Amino acid sequence: MIISVASGKGGTGKTTVAVNLALSLSNLQVQLLDCDVEEPNSHIFLNPVIEETKSAQTLVPTVNYELCDYCGKCAPACEYNALVVVPQKEVMVFPELCHGCGLCSLVCPQDAISEEPRKIGVIKKGWSGDGKIELVYGVLNIGEVMATPLIDQVKEELDPAKTVIIDVPPGTACPVIAAVQNTDYCILVTEPTPFGLYDLKLAIAVLRVLKLPFGVVINKAGIGDRTVYEYCAKEGIPILLEIPHDKRIARYYSEGVPFVNEMPEWEERFAGMIKKIEEYVG
Amino acid sequence: MRQLTVISGKGGTGKTSLVGSFAVLAENKVIADCDVDAPDLHLLLHPEILRKQEFKGLKVAVMDKTLCTECGTCEETCRFNAIVSTEGSGYAVNPARCEGCGACVFTCPQEALSLKERVSGYAYISKTNYGTLVHAQLNIAEEASGKLVTLVRENARQIAEKEGRNLILIDGAPGIGCPVIASLTGVDLALVVAEPTMSGLHDLERILDVTRHFGIASALCINKYDINEENSKRITEFCQQRGVEIVGNIPYDPVVTEAMVAGMPVVEFSNGVVSDAIKDIWGGIK
Repeated sequence: MIISVASGKGGTGKTTVAVNLALSLSNLQVQLLDCDVEEPNSHIFLNPVIEETKSAQTLVPTVNYELCDYCGKCAPACEYNALVVVPQKEVMVFPELCHGCGLCSLVCPQDAISEEPRKIGVIKKGWSGDGKIELVYGVLNIGEVMATPLIDQVKEELDPAKTVIIDVPPGTACPVIAAVQNTDYCILVTEPTPFGLYDLKLAIAVLRVLKLPFGVVINKAGIGDRTVYEYCAKEGIPILLEIPHDKRIARYYSEGVPFVNEMPEWEERFAGMIKKIEEYVG
Repeated sequence: MRQLTVISGKGGTGKTSLVGSFAVLAENKVIADCDVDAPDLHLLLHPEILRKQEFKGLKVAVMDKTLCTECGTCEETCRFNAIVSTEGSGYAVNPARCEGCGACVFTCPQEALSLKERVSGYAYISKTNYGTLVHAQLNIAEEASGKLVTLVRENARQIAEKEGRNLILIDGAPGIGCPVIASLTGVDLALVVAEPTMSGLHDLERILDVTRHFGIASALCINKYDINEENSKRITEFCQQRGVEIVGNIPYDPVVTEAMVAGMPVVEFSNGVVSDAIKDIWGGIK
């Protein structure tokens, strides 16, 4: 089973849920994929031993000037304006605009455009300090715009034989879709506040478009108001778990310590959530 | 004209609560919410929309099923996993993954595919009690949030010029990628809101790497600094090493959430320690 953990709003506790859930499934083989490649945090809580670091790449065009006749067909074909042809002189390529679609090399009548890899980040693979959880995470290079190709490459490491938990980036745009797609169930983590509710509704709309089943975890329960609860009740959305706004939990989080390790009574609650999810998924 | 962007790297550190209060404190400004996929500033500022503008982002491939022979060339061509075949209904474009490149249009032997413009969201220009707010909402499951941020900023610039404002106050998105970079280019100051957690410290280093990469002056404030003073000290030391000024620390106080529930900027809602800290920060960067 593949479970994604998403939120819409940032900082609601996605990583807290993903990590503590992974640690609570001690009788299963668990793989955690941290797809928040802009700001990955799962590794902070798992102290992993990294066994492999791979370079993640996209493709950018490169021009063979022995073949190029400056016909100018490549530049208008590019929807991202990543190519400019200076007649008889140069084909300028703007890698930061290029999406790596390969159309320019397809349209070139002279076969003068080939593609070469450009590094956009790294993928790290390893095991949590206690050896129980396989962790894979991506780290986007500083200044790099496109997170989606790196997220796709992190997901290529997915091991379908295991219970896979995916830590999704915040928001509702393309990186979120890349991360949640082809998962069996999505856990939406929210906080019971107006910001939490507004962004939860946006995230739910995304999941409905993608036709993914989902349930809600309410983190920092006790703060804010009751509107998230009322909304979930009205929409028939299951509340899978509530994590209270608790000084100890906040303290462990701030120290980079998964709170199930220190408060073992929570292991059962997280593990119980998986049972509920299995029932929904069927 | 000065432009100030509030960012954080990590989500949920308090950017929007802070910008909402700055909107009260700042004079002669335009406010811009550049978190276009999960915007929240409107929940504090209650805009009255004056103008709604269509945003056309990336195009989308559209398939004419009457011409499709299910040859599968499009699926092979597509680099974005946006064309999928399902049993029974054959090949189809998944608009949520399509980046509108047109490669499938080029390779389809039956000319069954074409590119179509799509409305990917809306930009708004609104009136609030605190001045003009420019904001936007990306449609559900859309791409191109960076381009929409650029549109919001262009709207803000035009309005600031027209109204004779000398400040654009920008609420940024979490992360370090496309929308964040679009909200940072060419601004005069990036104010980073940090939180004293191990995750916060990690994310702060990365966002400061981004502002340095683009040569943008940065200042920092620590929100909820007293929830882990040891980590706050680490952040302070780290900033000293990096030459980033800390313009203030905000204590933890449930009043911030109470103000949010009341739908008000915290400096208007309360006169307590949090409001004092925010006023000091504003005094230090304005």
